[in-house]
Amino acid sequence: MFLQQLINGITLGSVYALIALGYSMVYGILELINFAHGEIYMLGAYLGIIFFAFFTAIGLTAYNLPLALLLTVILSILFCSSYGFTIEKIAYKPLRNAPRLSPLISAIGVSIFLQNYVMLTQGATDKIFPHLFGAAGFEFLSVRMTFLQLSIILTSLFLMMILRFFVRKTRMGTAMRAVAQDKTMAALLGINIDTVISVTFIIGSGLAAVAGLMVAMYYGLVNYFIGYIAGIKAFTAAVLGGIGSIRGAMVGGIILGLVESLGGSYISGEFKDAYAFIILIVILLIKPGGIFGRADLEKV
Amino acid sequence: MTRPLVMGLWVSFLILPFKGVEAAVVCWVIVAGLLSAWTFLSPYQKRLGAIRQTWEVLSQKTLRSARKQTSLIRGICILCILALPHVVPDYYLDVAILVGIYVILALGLNVVVGFTGLLNLGFVAFYAIGAYAYALLNTRCGLDFWAALPFAVGLSAAAGLLLSIPALRLRGDYLAIVTLGFGEITRLILNNWDSFTMGPNGISGIAAPRIFSLSIGGLSHFYYLVLLFAFATFFVTRRVHASKIGRAWVAIREDEIASSIMGINTTRYKLYALAFGAFWAGLAGAIFAAKMRFVSPESFTFMESVLILCMVILGGLGSLWGVILGVCILVLLPEMLREIQIYRMLALGAGLVLLMIFRPQGLIGGRGASLRN
Repeated sequence: MFLQQLINGITLGSVYALIALGYSMVYGILELINFAHGEIYMLGAYLGIIFFAFFTAIGLTAYNLPLALLLTVILSILFCSSYGFTIEKIAYKPLRNAPRLSPLISAIGVSIFLQNYVMLTQGATDKIFPHLFGAAGFEFLSVRMTFLQLSIILTSLFLMMILRFFVRKTRMGTAMRAVAQDKTMAALLGINIDTVISVTFIIGSGLAAVAGLMVAMYYGLVNYFIGYIAGIKAFTAAVLGGIGSIRGAMVGGIILGLVESLGGSYISGEFKDAYAFIILIVILLIKPGGIFGRADLEKV
Repeated sequence: MTRPLVMGLWVSFLILPFKGVEAAVVCWVIVAGLLSAWTFLSPYQKRLGAIRQTWEVLSQKTLRSARKQTSLIRGICILCILALPHVVPDYYLDVAILVGIYVILALGLNVVVGFTGLLNLGFVAFYAIGAYAYALLNTRCGLDFWAALPFAVGLSAAAGLLLSIPALRLRGDYLAIVTLGFGEITRLILNNWDSFTMGPNGISGIAAPRIFSLSIGGLSHFYYLVLLFAFATFFVTRRVHASKIGRAWVAIREDEIASSIMGINTTRYKLYALAFGAFWAGLAGAIFAAKMRFVSPESFTFMESVLILCMVILGGLGSLWGVILGVCILVLLPEMLREIQIYRMLALGAGLVLLMIFRPQGLIGGRGASLRN
């Protein structure tokens, strides 16, 4: 029972971690809580369902399942990244020099807009992702792990490794870190800030798309309001690990997933959603920098 | 010239998977058309700027003249408001009562967001606490409205104090997130503590308030009650705003560090602001429970918090008349446009973004308000 919940928690946590990366990267660079990020994840889940249904309708799924899945993933990432890019250009870029609360309120506006946009275009009822893999899996030490769970965990790990490599080794990654440290200085050194911010949003949204798609497969059900609560949880994960840190987002996500699945089965399932908020409040009180973050000095 | 076409293409590309090819084409035509019209008209933008300036001047002028309004105009306004129940049908009266309740709520939130500059995304929690306090005291202990009111209001002010303990150590957006968490936790407790709050079924059979032996069940009586409270809220917040405490709040909003150097105990004044705002929310909650005779957690979601926030921001942060204008617009507009009500939240979201970009100080915000941090 305990080990089983552990596996479930890690699966859930790795999804949170993927979403948390988007929050973390955007916060690191713009110091903005991108409220709309949870909605991007929701869009990813919907896009996955839409494209998979499309490929099923034209017969590609029956002909070649892996190809259909691959195309679904690629298209979902493409569209979510486009949405992320567009949102930044429309709702955040004009407010870059505005007081800090303005972009936050604007982000809330985007979040409400996207939720209702999806509700109006796709309907308010649950959408179903076809059950592809069944309960196939393997047993290990009397614990059952489905292949889907394993692939969710592995995919998340793989993507985070790539992101880590990208941020550490490539030119664009270096530019991102420079912009996160000091925007003005980076601009003076010839870094195009707008491009860096756009790339950040594109990557973050792509990761959220993958997360949404995997959750759609895992639970099989998607609704237009899943983004809000998942977004808050992922944000909690990002803060828990130390906002702005990739390693922190991973660790924070896993911890949150574990707390939720263990707490949900041992303490009370009804308050499952409240754990994230309680953790968030406690961590902000005790160690606002998070596990891997550093204490933030207020600049005058 | 190709720019509008490309941008239209981009928008229709984004819509494509959600709405299909047909809608995407329609969208392309609309967006490209509007944008080319905009580019075509851009030489005349100077004139647009002039229009905007006129609006600015006009709104300031109306405001100023409204401020030193003659007693005649004031008298007519008061007479209209007082006579309302005798001239309009019950439906409008119902809407007017709703406006009154939201005015109390929005004025309360305005103290926190508008005066002090703390973004509170969980304001609805205090509203819920006020409503549930009256509902429970009435149905369980048999207290009537006036006896329960001090408890309801006191309880939500105390909750405001409780929240401020963790909240005041945080800045800006972190504070916003913690208040949001507080709101959600409150709702989850109301929803899941079945033995105490009846869970998602809510509490029904709440008594209407009475004055001596007269029951205020009728709409017109209730209208006057709400009017009285709304006026009290307006009057008290205005006086407090003009007092030493109010000036300390504004100083904190404009520059926290500078005001603490000037000797203002920022922690204490922020605490006052949160508790004072929560006080009004508790009042509004108790009135809401008495009006509806029924409360359930559904009325106290995050969207409700956002709606109240929109009312405060739309009219003008920190401006009392602006807040009342915001409430009137956001309550009356959806009532008037019932057919397109499903688009209400869509428009609200887009409106928030546009407002932040083009007029962050709100419709009649003007000089009193700023979002500076």
